[in-house]
Amino acid sequence: MNLKMKALKKSLWVYHLSGGSCNNCDIEILDCLTPRFDIERFGMVLVGSPRHADVLLCTGIVNKKCVERIKEVYTQTAKPCVVVAIGACACSGGIFKDGYQMAGPFNKILPVDIYIPGCPPKPEAILAGIVKLLEKLK
Amino acid sequence: MTLFDTIKEQLGCMIKDTKLHNEKRIYITVDKQDIKECADIIFHRLDGRYIIASAIDNCGSFEILYHFGFDRYGAVVSLRVFLEREKPEISSLTDIIPGIVYIEREIWELFGISFTGHPGLKHFLLRDDWPEEKYPLRKNITTGGDICE
Amino acid sequence: MNNKKKVVVPIGPYHPLLEEPEFFALYCEGEKVVDLEWQAGYNHRAIEKLSEGKHWDQVTFLVERICGICSTSHPFAYCNAVEDLLGISIPEKARYIRCIIAEMERIHSHLLWTGLAGHFLGYNTLFMWAWKYRESILDMFEMITGNRNHYAMFKIGGVRRDIEDEDIPVLRKVLQDIKGKVDMLTHAVLDDPVLAARLKGVGVLTKEHIKNFGAVGPVARASGVDMDIRRDDPYAAYSMMDWKVSKTENGDVFDKAVVRLLECMESIKIIEYSLKAIEGSKAEIATEVREIPPGEGIGHHEAPRGECFHYVRSDGSNRPVRHKIKAPSYTNIPTFKASCVGQMIADVAIILAGVDPCYCCTERLAVYDAGNKKKQMYGFSELVEMSRRKTQQIKQQF
Repeated sequence: MNLKMKALKKSLWVYHLSGGSCNNCDIEILDCLTPRFDIERFGMVLVGSPRHADVLLCTGIVNKKCVERIKEVYTQTAKPCVVVAIGACACSGGIFKDGYQMAGPFNKILPVDIYIPGCPPKPEAILAGIVKLLEKLK
Repeated sequence: MTLFDTIKEQLGCMIKDTKLHNEKRIYITVDKQDIKECADIIFHRLDGRYIIASAIDNCGSFEILYHFGFDRYGAVVSLRVFLEREKPEISSLTDIIPGIVYIEREIWELFGISFTGHPGLKHFLLRDDWPEEKYPLRKNITTGGDICE
Repeated sequence: MNNKKKVVVPIGPYHPLLEEPEFFALYCEGEKVVDLEWQAGYNHRAIEKLSEGKHWDQVTFLVERICGICSTSHPFAYCNAVEDLLGISIPEKARYIRCIIAEMERIHSHLLWTGLAGHFLGYNTLFMWAWKYRESILDMFEMITGNRNHYAMFKIGGVRRDIEDEDIPVLRKVLQDIKGKVDMLTHAVLDDPVLAARLKGVGVLTKEHIKNFGAVGPVARASGVDMDIRRDDPYAAYSMMDWKVSKTENGDVFDKAVVRLLECMESIKIIEYSLKAIEGSKAEIATEVREIPPGEGIGHHEAPRGECFHYVRSDGSNRPVRHKIKAPSYTNIPTFKASCVGQMIADVAIILAGVDPCYCCTERLAVYDAGNKKKQMYGFSELVEMSRRKTQQIKQQF
């Protein structure tokens, strides 16, 4: 683990990227901001631009219309970055995996580091995954 | 007079067939050349609420159902038209119901049915480079989008 | 609530380099919006096609996942459609349970909306409070159904799970709490002169717009259109209880907010009545359905965003031949053409929020120069900033 990653550990900036989802995982991610779960006590902040992000939180199947956008966002994200696939759709395509719009799941398009399954994963599960990520970075 | 009677009176001889599933679910079959006049009567004269249009691939033919809500009666009236399989096309209803412009685009790209007079039939849900002839909701296309016979 | 923490909530990414069409492309001249284009498809997951490959009973699990926020509305409309095809009625206890789940969902969806609207206006405290109260509803869902979202409660013929008698007092207590909170939020919105100045007269939709686009739900009722599927074409237990349809007349964003908050209070009434009706009852919760004969059925449900409409056709086999799904936002979102054009860019974020589109839909919005359509001026996060700045300016006047 290089020094840069260790430095990152102090405060991770997180960017949310959707490839076409039902919104549930996205809402559960936003829920992590609310006082009950409070993602900020881990020093994490959700940011509005991929250029500032250390972590990409990916949700949804990768819809065929979204492929270029997702690759573009990944290109714009500063490296090193960690890609997290949140939810059954992002991990494997979920119930939509056989459909004609499916271009994913995410690991077909981006190098995914962490998978957090669930439909949707509860905020506790998302935070548990993030904690495992922090341990992995150690 | 019931809603069904009112509609029968207004649409008159343009009605080819009727099905009264129950008093709140009325299906009226009309010819495709009469669809504009029928839709105008239902939407404007009888003040029906535009809900949506559904297209179906019957393998031998195509079918489009235009659904209208009559909330005072709690009823849904569906206008049914049949289209030939070979070159399915029908008049667009955009000058009667402005909001129908999107579902007509969707039906065009998912079924391959043409809407003459539509202001802009172009892709809506699918990518612009979606392969022609692979109309996803036709019965000869698999769930994954490939042709099967 | 620690307001000193700086929270940057991403509601939209900014893509200066991206050239593919956005979900919403707005064209502006100076500060005014002159045109709008809607490109859908970013959330299109081939659900109608997938439905043709699933057994009738499996379809409920599929359609739940159309939208996470109104997750129960689609199974509700689907079950109504198949039950319409069959011509059956479901047990009374199941009717009340369906109403309870649907109305709890309405409250959680409207609270979510209130929070997002507050965020777009710069009332971040409102965002935190509304989402905090929402948590108690999600806890109740977890207690009754096993999941915070995607409850899998509905099946053709009734419901899958009963509500245990021992859970009812807990539900009642949470409802009492929520009643007080929603009441407070309603008064906060109605009595705030800044919100009135900010939202009244903004994004107005007339009855004619509503008719031409086929708009439904709170968007329609805020413009004075008296429609609510629960009253007009009653299903489940809605005709067995006393409740009011919430409607206002002006059609602006302020009225849309008021309609949603008033609906929460009516929902609480419906749930309380239903709980009383099922308490202590050991009745059946589902009619057994073995086969779906050939035929067609139409079912609809008043979801939090409006009418959710499903059409099914059967040929007697164990899968639907055709399943047409119409989500309420499909006819609500095009109303932007009427409500945004001619408005100031600073109001676009809140007009968009007024229609309550899917959260993901808002991620893909860009504003272009009407003179040079390739020149992107703003992304959504900047529109939210403009909206907040306008609220600040109005605040300073008071």
